[in-house]
Amino acid sequence: MTATQPTTGPGTETADQAAVAAAPSGARAGGDLRETLYFALRNPKVLVGGVVVLGFLVLGLVGPSFLRYAPMDYAGPPMAPPSADFPLGTTTFGQDVFAQFVAGLRSTFLVGVLGGAVAAVIGMTIGFVAGYRGGLIDELLNMLTNVVLVIPGFVVLVILNAYLGVRSVPMQALYIGVFSWPWVARAVRSQTLSLRSRDFIDLARLSGVGVGTILRREVAPNMYSYLFMTFVLLFGGSILTAASLDFIGLGPTNAMSLGLMMNQAVQWSALHLGLWWWFVPPGLGITLIVGSLYIMNVGLDEVFNPKLRET
Amino acid sequence: MLTLDRLDKVYKTGTFGTSDLHAVRQVSLDVRRGEVVSLIGESGSGKSTIGKMVLHLLDSSGGTITFDGRDVTSLGFRERREYYRRVQGVFQDPFSSFNPIFKVDRTFETLRRSYFPRVSSSDWRGRLEEALGAVSLQPGDILGKFPHQLSGGQLQRLLIARALLLDIDLLVADEIISMLDASTRIDVLNLLVELKSRGLGILFVTHDLSLGNYVSDRVVILYKGRVVERGVTSAVFDDPLHPYTRDLLASVPHLDRTWEDVEAEEAERSANLAGRCLYHEALAAQGRAFGEEAEAADGVPDGVGLVEHTPGHFVGCFRLAADDDCPAA
Ligand SMILES: Nc1ncnc2c1ncn2[C@@H]1O[C@H](COP(=O)(O)OP(=O)(O)OP(=O)(O)O)[C@@H](O)[C@H]1O
Ligand SMILES: [Mg+2]
Repeated sequence: MTATQPTTGPGTETADQAAVAAAPSGARAGGDLRETLYFALRNPKVLVGGVVVLGFLVLGLVGPSFLRYAPMDYAGPPMAPPSADFPLGTTTFGQDVFAQFVAGLRSTFLVGVLGGAVAAVIGMTIGFVAGYRGGLIDELLNMLTNVVLVIPGFVVLVILNAYLGVRSVPMQALYIGVFSWPWVARAVRSQTLSLRSRDFIDLARLSGVGVGTILRREVAPNMYSYLFMTFVLLFGGSILTAASLDFIGLGPTNAMSLGLMMNQAVQWSALHLGLWWWFVPPGLGITLIVGSLYIMNVGLDEVFNPKLRET
Repeated sequence: MLTLDRLDKVYKTGTFGTSDLHAVRQVSLDVRRGEVVSLIGESGSGKSTIGKMVLHLLDSSGGTITFDGRDVTSLGFRERREYYRRVQGVFQDPFSSFNPIFKVDRTFETLRRSYFPRVSSSDWRGRLEEALGAVSLQPGDILGKFPHQLSGGQLQRLLIARALLLDIDLLVADEIISMLDASTRIDVLNLLVELKSRGLGILFVTHDLSLGNYVSDRVVILYKGRVVERGVTSAVFDDPLHPYTRDLLASVPHLDRTWEDVEAEEAERSANLAGRCLYHEALAAQGRAFGEEAEAADGVPDGVGLVEHTPGHFVGCFRLAADDDCPAA
């Protein structure tokens, strides 16, 4: 993981000149968000990454209503290569790979967003409070973080899944989120710790502002791109963990996911039989989604950091 | 108005907070209304630490801070808010005083949200422009800019303007002049003098003696966290007693006197004071055996205590750091 420093991102100084445009004039208080958006939409990295992720998301959301076959239907001839009827071919059992892919996108996004969100909320809350408050609270939270960190999360997930049984994607996402926050807490804590000693925090305190407001308005904005990066990694991590669980047969039983598709493809020796249309789309889908989020993040660093914006 | 009584600060340093750094040692001083008190000392002497304790940004390790007769050593959130209506500060490093990702306007907006939620936009704008004018800044050049687009001097004056927006009684000014060039420096110094005449008390932190001389009514000389000498500015500057103060003053160029004059005067003073310690002599005169390292009358150890040499002019033991030996012992 590359450390994105909140204020000065070294190395990206030579960033694309396309983002170097005059700030829209007359944008004053309240225009901060508009201005960020203005620069975001002019940054090719943000744009490209965003379009890819959004494309997949839209496909996952609206795709199912245009499909003729359900993901598990035995719809056509087995092992058919891509054709007009079956854009991504069929499985060994004649199931429509495209239908599975579209359904898989949905649960993949769901598990990524939910799992990432759960971990992000827990990790950031603990990180902010521990880093800003310090002292005994910091020590207690640190202890909790370290305990969860040394618990072999995947093993616990396997046990939890095996005992409690996971029937739905949200449940799976929740379990994943609850075990993947510790490194977020540590990263956020150390960033908060270094920001806390800056004079602008003291100046906010001199303005009679409370802890919550300082964290929200002064500390967190300095870490936006960092937090986003964190979320990207959590998002990707949740997707991969979910896929691994699916792979060993502990996935949700009532849904299709990209991980489950790959697992089934491998299980039915699609690699062996040369059914590339079965395992390439889900693999490529996961790679593209996570990769695009990463590229977006690099671009967002330039957007959030005015120093990288202008020459 | 502001009184510090035997204020202490110990920083825990080292990996496990094992070693202590005694940054401020039993510092007592006071700032009255309409008065500038300079806190002078070299780098690392604890000036900023004292300023931050007065501003309640750091907890003190001992001693008390009193403001208008009220003990403000530890305050709750609400009391602190009220305290900040009357006591404000300007920090040493203007670049780190602004959140780098926001325009400088936001600093003022934060203040407005917090203390003036009912003031209308246009009214606020008027006040803001007035405050900026007072520190000779053009609102048009400054507002809507990011901190990295402004100079250190501009940022520092913005911070002063921010403090002026509140109707304060006490300003803690930490090295506010150091970043300014000669012409703006005079503007800001004159502003301080004007604020002073309006009844504002200023704790003026500086390492620059000539600045201390120019603006202040009284000076406090700090060395390694300990007050070595304090008193009315003219008394201290015309007749420095403590070896550290003498060293410090000898290195300052004087416009009205030649180097030889200053040299000769200092040589005479050194010869006169060599091997002596006015603090212990004063204590001896009060009937305490010379060199007796017992606690002084009010319980202040010799290392940090002060005696009144002449009215309004206090001096500590002639040792340098608090842990050294007295040269006369
Ligand atoms: N947060 C901290 N933790 C540990 N030690 C500190 C901390 N802040 C300051 N110190 C130490 O306390 C001493 C006094 O620091 P302080 O910042 O008050 O000095 P100063 O007089 O303002 O110096 P300068 O003129 O360079 O600003 C220094 O030795 C410094 O190293
Ligand atoms: Mg300082």
